[in-house]
Amino acid sequence: MDLDALGACLTTPACVVTQTTSGLIVGMLLFLVAAGVTLIFGVLKIVNFAHGTFYMLGGYVAYTVLGVTDSYTLAVLAGALAMAVFGVLFERALISRVYNSDVLMQLLICYAVVLIFDDVVKIVWGPEFHAMGMPAAFQVPPFFIAGGVVPPFYAVLIGIAALIAIILGLGLSLTRFGKTVRAAAINPQMVSALGINTTLLFAIVFAIGGGLAGMAGALAAPVRSLSPGMGFSILIESFIVTVIGGMGSILGALVAALLIGMVRGFGTIGFPQFTDGLIYIMMIAILLLRPQGLFGRAS
Amino acid sequence: MSKHPAWRDTIIAVVVLIIVLVIPLLHRSPAFEDFIIRLSAMALFATSLNLLVGNTGMVSFGHGMFYGFGAYAFALTMQMTELSLPVAAVIAVVATAFAALCVGAICVRLSTEYFAFITLAVQMLFYSIIISWQSLTGGDQGLRGGIPRREFFGFELESQLHLYQFCAIVGVLGLLALRHISVSPFGQTLRMIRDNEDRASFLGIVLWRARLSAFTIAGAFAGLGGVLAALFVSGAYPEFADWPNSGQAIFAVMLGGIHSFLGPVVGGMILLALNDLVTRYTEYHGLILGIVILIFAVGLRRGVLDFIKLIRLGRAR
Repeated sequence: MDLDALGACLTTPACVVTQTTSGLIVGMLLFLVAAGVTLIFGVLKIVNFAHGTFYMLGGYVAYTVLGVTDSYTLAVLAGALAMAVFGVLFERALISRVYNSDVLMQLLICYAVVLIFDDVVKIVWGPEFHAMGMPAAFQVPPFFIAGGVVPPFYAVLIGIAALIAIILGLGLSLTRFGKTVRAAAINPQMVSALGINTTLLFAIVFAIGGGLAGMAGALAAPVRSLSPGMGFSILIESFIVTVIGGMGSILGALVAALLIGMVRGFGTIGFPQFTDGLIYIMMIAILLLRPQGLFGRAS
Repeated sequence: MSKHPAWRDTIIAVVVLIIVLVIPLLHRSPAFEDFIIRLSAMALFATSLNLLVGNTGMVSFGHGMFYGFGAYAFALTMQMTELSLPVAAVIAVVATAFAALCVGAICVRLSTEYFAFITLAVQMLFYSIIISWQSLTGGDQGLRGGIPRREFFGFELESQLHLYQFCAIVGVLGLLALRHISVSPFGQTLRMIRDNEDRASFLGIVLWRARLSAFTIAGAFAGLGGVLAALFVSGAYPEFADWPNSGQAIFAVMLGGIHSFLGPVVGGMILLALNDLVTRYTEYHGLILGIVILIFAVGLRRGVLDFIKLIRLGRAR
């Protein structure tokens, strides 16, 4: 524990800017993954333990596409699109078979998928770490805000994630499709009885969730290294985000993801050994005081 | 059902124990002996989890915490004191039971999903404490320096044969004790809570107290499994308390069958055997294991023993 360092950082604008930026990066990437988890849970009541795999595969697909086309934009789109398709296949081929089974059965299937694709990644891309490197367009000098360094790519990444948060939020609350999704979250039988194809709806929800996770993986690739186990750690964190924010709430996911990002950003200075511990304490406190999460509806 | 199920269970346990103890006298196979040692730890771990999952309907994602707690408590007691091995083991199990009581006191009032998540969170907190408290636990390197294996009752655990016998005896006795708990009136009460907690409550059962008791007992037996694991690796590692380890126990329970007492043992056997077998032929054991799990999960949709039970019931009708 190093509270002096934390105090020193909080009083230096440069340090505050740097840590806030890195916290925002962590938070925004986490939000993209957690949004999918929470959306899928909200509508299908499925806890998708394989969501980290989507994130990982998205990163690897982007890595390959960047190598072939040399266009980072294409790479991100390819990562997102590939994972949207993968999400639908996963839902149709496996998850749809266990909708009415035990939660543990769903967990078992997801775990199997995680195991399989960790090895598929090892076979296709090799077990070693890959560094995508910063795309050429972003290899420019960083901005300085109040003396803190902000690489331009970070700004773009935060911007894209924020844009997605807004589109997702507005899309769910204002469009007809969003209303259908929210209705299906509350009463799928009724939605089905009103003549809406819920099978298609569920597949679309999985496509959106998978696409977001794939995009997060692609966006994370330049700032983090790619490795076969990378899905594991983000999965746990995105669960924490969903629990803290409230299962099924997109706004909750955003707030909780940013909260965790900030704890990570500043926790590494104050409690370098115990940052994870802080996050778990936060999760336990939320579960005890407000089990439905910050923005969840009490059942 | 025989008239004296308790006797029948005891006889089965004794017969199995005798068979397991006789095998190395006829034929020594280090691989087999290692397998049984690891299985005894895994069986206690998974079966104690099933007391919660299958019997009581409490899905805990954090059971590995007690496995790890038992291992660390035992290893530290052996390293820091001169106490004899059985005393240290008892201390470790009692300490784990107490830890489970404390964790359970916080967790058991939460409903199903939230219970799963909070047990996961508490486990991860425990894991990060192990990692960061380096002076006591050795951090992410694990507790090294070996566990002194002091001789007791003629058991010399340095020898693999004695370790094998010790683990087999503890494992079988532990399972027998769990079996007794699961068929006792208390076990029946837990099943009633699982099936209909409102009705159980109307009958005067204090839900949280029964759940807390189950949680504490399960924690204690997971701790015993951890003791055996610590003996096997002669140390304790943070991975024992990490979430993939809790996952292993859940998969053992699911593969074997949650509604059969021996399900988790069978599931543990399948997992360990697959692991050993597959790693021998390919480095991609996750791929094979994943495919096998998928076949079980999508094909049977229940554990192996539950599936067999279903088929037998179907024939009986």
